[in-house]
Amino acid sequence: MADSTSKPRSFQEIILRLQTYWAGQGCAIMQPYDMEVGAGTFHPATTLRSLGSKPWAAAYVQPSRRPTDGRYGENPNRLQHYYQYQVLIKPSPPNLQELYLGSLEAIGIDMALHDIRFVEDDWESPTLGAWGLGWEVWCDGMEVSQFTYFQQVGGHDCHPVSGELTYGLERLAMYVLGIDHVMDMPFNDPDAPIALSYGDVFRQTEQEYSRWNFDVADTDVLLRHFEEAEAECEAILSQHHDDPKTGKRIIMAHPAYDQCIKASHIFNLLDARGVISVTERQAYIGRVRALAKQCADAFVQTEAGGQAA
Amino acid sequence: MPDLLIELFSEEIPARMQARAADDLRKRVTDGLVEAGLTYAGAQAFSTPRRLTLAIDGLLAESPTVTEDRKGPRVDAPEKAIEGFLCGAGVSRDALEARDDKKGQVYFATITKPGRPADVIVAEVLESAIRNFPWPKSMRWGTGSLRWVRPLHSILCILTDDAGEARVVDMDVDGIKAGDSTQGHRFMGAGWFAVSSFEDYEAKLKRAKVILDAKERADHIWQDATNQAFAAGLEVVEDQGLLAEVAGLVEWPVVLMGQIDQEFLELPPEVLQTSMKEHQKFFSVRNPKTGRIESFVTVANIETADDGATILAGNQKVLSARLADAKFFWNNDLRVARDGMGDWIDQLKNVTFERQLGTQAARIARISALANDIAPDVGAQPDLAQQAARVAKADLSSEMVYEFPELQGLMGRYYAEAAGLPAEVAAACEQHYAPLGPSDDVPTAPVSVAVALADKLDTLTGFWAIDEKPTGSKDPFALRRAALGVIRIILDGGYRVKLDRFIDAQLLRHKISLNHARATEGEIDTLEEILDEIAEHGVFGAAFHAVMDRLQHKGGAPDTGDGSVLRTVGNLVPDLSTDLLAFLHDRLKVYLRDQGLRYDVIDACLTLDGGDDLALIVARAKALSGILATENGENLVQGFKRANNILTQAEERDGVEYSFGPDPKFAEGPEEKALFTALDKAEADIAKANAAEDFTGAMAAMAAMRPAVDAFFEAVQVNTDNQVVRRNRLNLLGKIRDICLQAADLTKLEG
Repeated sequence: MADSTSKPRSFQEIILRLQTYWAGQGCAIMQPYDMEVGAGTFHPATTLRSLGSKPWAAAYVQPSRRPTDGRYGENPNRLQHYYQYQVLIKPSPPNLQELYLGSLEAIGIDMALHDIRFVEDDWESPTLGAWGLGWEVWCDGMEVSQFTYFQQVGGHDCHPVSGELTYGLERLAMYVLGIDHVMDMPFNDPDAPIALSYGDVFRQTEQEYSRWNFDVADTDVLLRHFEEAEAECEAILSQHHDDPKTGKRIIMAHPAYDQCIKASHIFNLLDARGVISVTERQAYIGRVRALAKQCADAFVQTEAGGQAA
Repeated sequence: MPDLLIELFSEEIPARMQARAADDLRKRVTDGLVEAGLTYAGAQAFSTPRRLTLAIDGLLAESPTVTEDRKGPRVDAPEKAIEGFLCGAGVSRDALEARDDKKGQVYFATITKPGRPADVIVAEVLESAIRNFPWPKSMRWGTGSLRWVRPLHSILCILTDDAGEARVVDMDVDGIKAGDSTQGHRFMGAGWFAVSSFEDYEAKLKRAKVILDAKERADHIWQDATNQAFAAGLEVVEDQGLLAEVAGLVEWPVVLMGQIDQEFLELPPEVLQTSMKEHQKFFSVRNPKTGRIESFVTVANIETADDGATILAGNQKVLSARLADAKFFWNNDLRVARDGMGDWIDQLKNVTFERQLGTQAARIARISALANDIAPDVGAQPDLAQQAARVAKADLSSEMVYEFPELQGLMGRYYAEAAGLPAEVAAACEQHYAPLGPSDDVPTAPVSVAVALADKLDTLTGFWAIDEKPTGSKDPFALRRAALGVIRIILDGGYRVKLDRFIDAQLLRHKISLNHARATEGEIDTLEEILDEIAEHGVFGAAFHAVMDRLQHKGGAPDTGDGSVLRTVGNLVPDLSTDLLAFLHDRLKVYLRDQGLRYDVIDACLTLDGGDDLALIVARAKALSGILATENGENLVQGFKRANNILTQAEERDGVEYSFGPDPKFAEGPEEKALFTALDKAEADIAKANAAEDFTGAMAAMAAMRPAVDAFFEAVQVNTDNQVVRRNRLNLLGKIRDICLQAADLTKLEG
């Protein structure tokens, strides 16, 4: 890999530099969560770990799915599957803004040449029962990141407060690499023996998923899955905290939260299929939020959630 | 006397909150200082994205010593009471002084509160200001519990004495210790520096590439932008709100002008403007020769070695991506529009307007029925008004309006034009929303007026029908604005509209759809029949009874028993209608008060002519207001009130109403006879003037009775022993009241 002061040459190099940078700042570099989510925030390393009193520092790439944004791979900027880079540090360090700016420099953005701005943007996730204050960060008029101080997650006040950074990787990389259409972006090194573009990797899948998301996904099955995930989540959380087999206290916050994630993604799919009316929409969001709250309630009773073992 | 400098340095404060926050800081701190006895000569507050600054000059170095005499118990009071007083006053026994009081000898204590140095007071006041700051939204960060709009990093707080010597105020808020240092620009500044006074602070900030004063930043932006535009033969589209916002996004404004890609110039200018403003905070730059928006101005926060070339290129690229979206929406929308917008209108069947009031499609059907009814009264062709109402909200389904809701109506006009609809119809798509605010223009084209009135009346009657009227400060459906819209459109256009009829009809339309589920087919048919007859009878009540009578005669009378649909609707509509008209009257009074017409003067004119013809009410009220300013008018009111008082008392006592009409043959004396003559003349003149809608004439005719009325009261005793004469005179007073009531209800006047 080239040294960090030079311009990166590919999508993956930008990711690798971010990984190296945040590892250097002491973050645990985690791997993507192995489930379909709408954004990096849904990863339990953010949602659950932002709760409770225990310090935490993690960074990871999270593949994210937004079925309604599918454009069959034709739109230069819109994808139904894309990558977010997520950083969560609890408590938020006093120099988080400087750390963030350092990460932009690490991927080749020269602070003396570009116009970086912190523009008010309060973040709220109705499905997670979460909100925070912060900014969208602009680079030359383009939104390149979300910067949020979490105030509440799953209905719980955040104490201490986590600082969350979310980078939209494709958009950021396209800007840094000077690419106009996402599919034209070099995925690996353009001089590699087998040079691959973003389109080589994802054009076909964008087409396939766009078709499935919009027209084919079986809505009856999805509706049933939603109900099942909801029921399973509640069933998991209703179990006794003491496990009869091991005799240990095991609150299954994470397995329950998996079901919450599942319900949330199924809701997004149903939304893309256009079978949810405006009024129903609120009701579904409320149901997912109720699950997220119960998971948060459970997590704060666990050791990772700050309870004495 | 020392000067005080405070700076609260934080992460980026939202632009929209900065000016207000600077003002709050100034107010809270100066109020606190004054309350603690520290007066000052002047105070100025400033804001940038990262700091709030307050500079106070001529502050007292310490608060003055205050002495206070406090009255205690009597000298012979129990020991416990005296001790309690000593404790409370904080003085010793020998400091007490016995003085004579009304009730005997009483102890007085003289309490001296010594002055306190300014820095101690400043520390207290500033800490309290920070902890209780009224941010619209605030947050915590890290492990702390302090709340600020974004993390607060440092507090600069110094007192500078006359010799220019600066001293840091000793204070600490949640671990942030006040100092004398700050930072300049995030990228162009060179770290921390100390300051010794406000002048030193402002100058050093400027060297560190921060312009402290938001106004100075805004002026710089505007001047530079207009200069650059002028040099290119262009002009910047003025936008004060955007200018203020942009000035709050930068500490060191650098103005850059760029061109919009040729391929986007075909977009409507409003789309370009909205897209650039909402997403990018760009100013639009117009070519005065073509009237088109061709360029943009963006404001960066940094000077760069390439003179902003990279920044401008980046911004241009983002803009092109945004406008590519807008162009995509525009082209898709035009396809639907050219096909007659049928798809959009169909889609509105699936969009809920309000849970009880049904879909947008149902709403549009009601509005077009009402627009059709109203059209003749405002000089519009009914079929055009109906057509306009049907398409006026079609653009709500368009992609452009989904992306930019603020373009609703405007896009409607473009799309109606693309659909080849008549110009009046296209104009109504845009104008039927107006007026949106008290200073917004009202529509004047007849078709637009018909649809605008129908739209607003449909909203008002709808929320009245489901009992969702505004209460107190709660008006979630902006019904006051709708009512004001109706009033302004009617008055500005001078339209003669009897609102009762339209309100009744629209209430009934709502009731029909609200009852659709529970009513029988026959009941709905009957209600529809009543609806058809309202125009003929003028009001709901008469139409209701006419239809009921007819059905009775036919023998097929539907159920009108207690709780039946017809009975409920029949009872409700007149009450709701009266209540809504009263609401319109209230808004009318508020509106006219702002134009200098008194409440009571309007009240005096509401009861005439049914009170539903707003133009008539206002014409009458203006005439009455005019006559009240004359001597005759003012005195006539006094005479009227005298007559009315005597009359009301007599009527109460006698239990009759004196309205039989007096007989001149019982008149005694010239004054009484003269009054008969004057009243007859006034009655005839008022009737004639009223018929010609000459209200000034009517008021003048009424006021002309004044000498005769005055002379009558001067010479004649109403309550005489002769009962026949007395009754006749009371009837004569009754006639004064009746005649005046033809012009205005003077009993409503105050004072």
